Amino acid sequence: MQKVMIERAAELLSSGKVNRVLGWRAGLFAHDNTPSVFTDAADLQANFVYNEFCGANLSKYLVKESDKEGTVAVFLKPCDTYSFNQLIAEHKIKRDNVYAIGVQCNGMKDVNDREKLEERCASCKSRKHVAYDELIGESGEILDSNRFDMVEKLENMTSEERFEFWRGELSRCVRCNACRNVCPACTCEKCIFDNPDSGSANKAPADPFEENLFHIIRAFHVAGRCTDCGECSRVCPENIPLHLLNRKFIKDINELYGEYQAGETVNERGPLVNYTQGDAEPSVVYERGNS
Amino acid sequence: MQMNDNTFRPKIVAFCCNWCSYAGADLAGTNRLNYPADVKIIRVPCSCRVNPTFVLRAFGRGADGVIICGCHPGDCHYTSGNYYARRRMTLLFSMLDYLGIERERTRVEWVSAAEGAKFAQTMNSFVETVTKLGKNKRLEDLRCKK
Repeated sequence: MQKVMIERAAELLSSGKVNRVLGWRAGLFAHDNTPSVFTDAADLQANFVYNEFCGANLSKYLVKESDKEGTVAVFLKPCDTYSFNQLIAEHKIKRDNVYAIGVQCNGMKDVNDREKLEERCASCKSRKHVAYDELIGESGEILDSNRFDMVEKLENMTSEERFEFWRGELSRCVRCNACRNVCPACTCEKCIFDNPDSGSANKAPADPFEENLFHIIRAFHVAGRCTDCGECSRVCPENIPLHLLNRKFIKDINELYGEYQAGETVNERGPLVNYTQGDAEPSVVYERGNS
Repeated sequence: MQMNDNTFRPKIVAFCCNWCSYAGADLAGTNRLNYPADVKIIRVPCSCRVNPTFVLRAFGRGADGVIICGCHPGDCHYTSGNYYARRRMTLLFSMLDYLGIERERTRVEWVSAAEGAKFAQTMNSFVETVTKLGKNKRLEDLRCKK
């Protein structure tokens, strides 16, 4: 797989179809492959890598890369293609400047426990590439995943238990902002968390409220646009299950406003910039589950 | 009304849209309907002006309950503002509930300019509910406390 990809990338470079390739560069350790731009075949041969530790979603890097001169080739895993579509829909990526190569993905391994699949891959939502110019390997199917299981489990707890659970998780937050920086949906040029007046711009969380504020707002800002790629949880140095916040929004949106998968197409209107007259009243929140 | 100093009085923030609910509050006033003084009204141009951060910030700065009042769906002065607000607030309140913050502390109510009585009644019942819940401990900003 890796060999085919390197050959194809070198071919594209030499033919002049693209002038750079966005892929994964081998890091110091086997598990820390980082996104990188390659411009010559020798560099590709020596450093390009594609294995089960290439978790990084390259779509986000296209926001900057597609704005530059010339065409960039990019390797996209199935879940990356959803983010890719979503960013095109938001006019963040210039599609004409991108040559997208879909690559087969069999799930990424957890860097903490290298035998195991990452949580997001164990509950993979889709192996299907929703956007590509060419494909290396095979494109799979949309899977019937069990990704909402944990959300459901939390919903069935009592209010106190949920509070304790989230207090325990969120209090570990060191406000490194990695979840924001890596998120393909977080592409605002001016971010609320960089605004000193927002009440959540500190690097060090001053008290529990700030952690709550940060995480609620972060999840809310991507609600309806989050493709559930799971990058936020992958990069969290404290292993906070941030995807559970995003999935709660996705689950609510699915239940209240109809099934919606962000990034599946480029033409659909997101659920939070849309409405119907018969939408559920906010009181549905009080009518269900435990309190 | 005589109040014992130890009685808990909640702080309620009510975001009222300029065109319906704020006028409804006015009507409640001119009709001399009673509703608790614990309710602090913030006038917003439309219920969809209420950013989720406003709600969280209100809680952080010591509010015990937050209520958002807007025009009835279909009656928005700006045609569709309250429809967007409805989706947004539903998701936000569901998220707060998910994080273990008591769901009764938040509410959305549609009050028209002619519904002074409904305004007073809504505020009375909301204040009563929040009073029962007591102080907002789960979502307070300790920095804002004296």
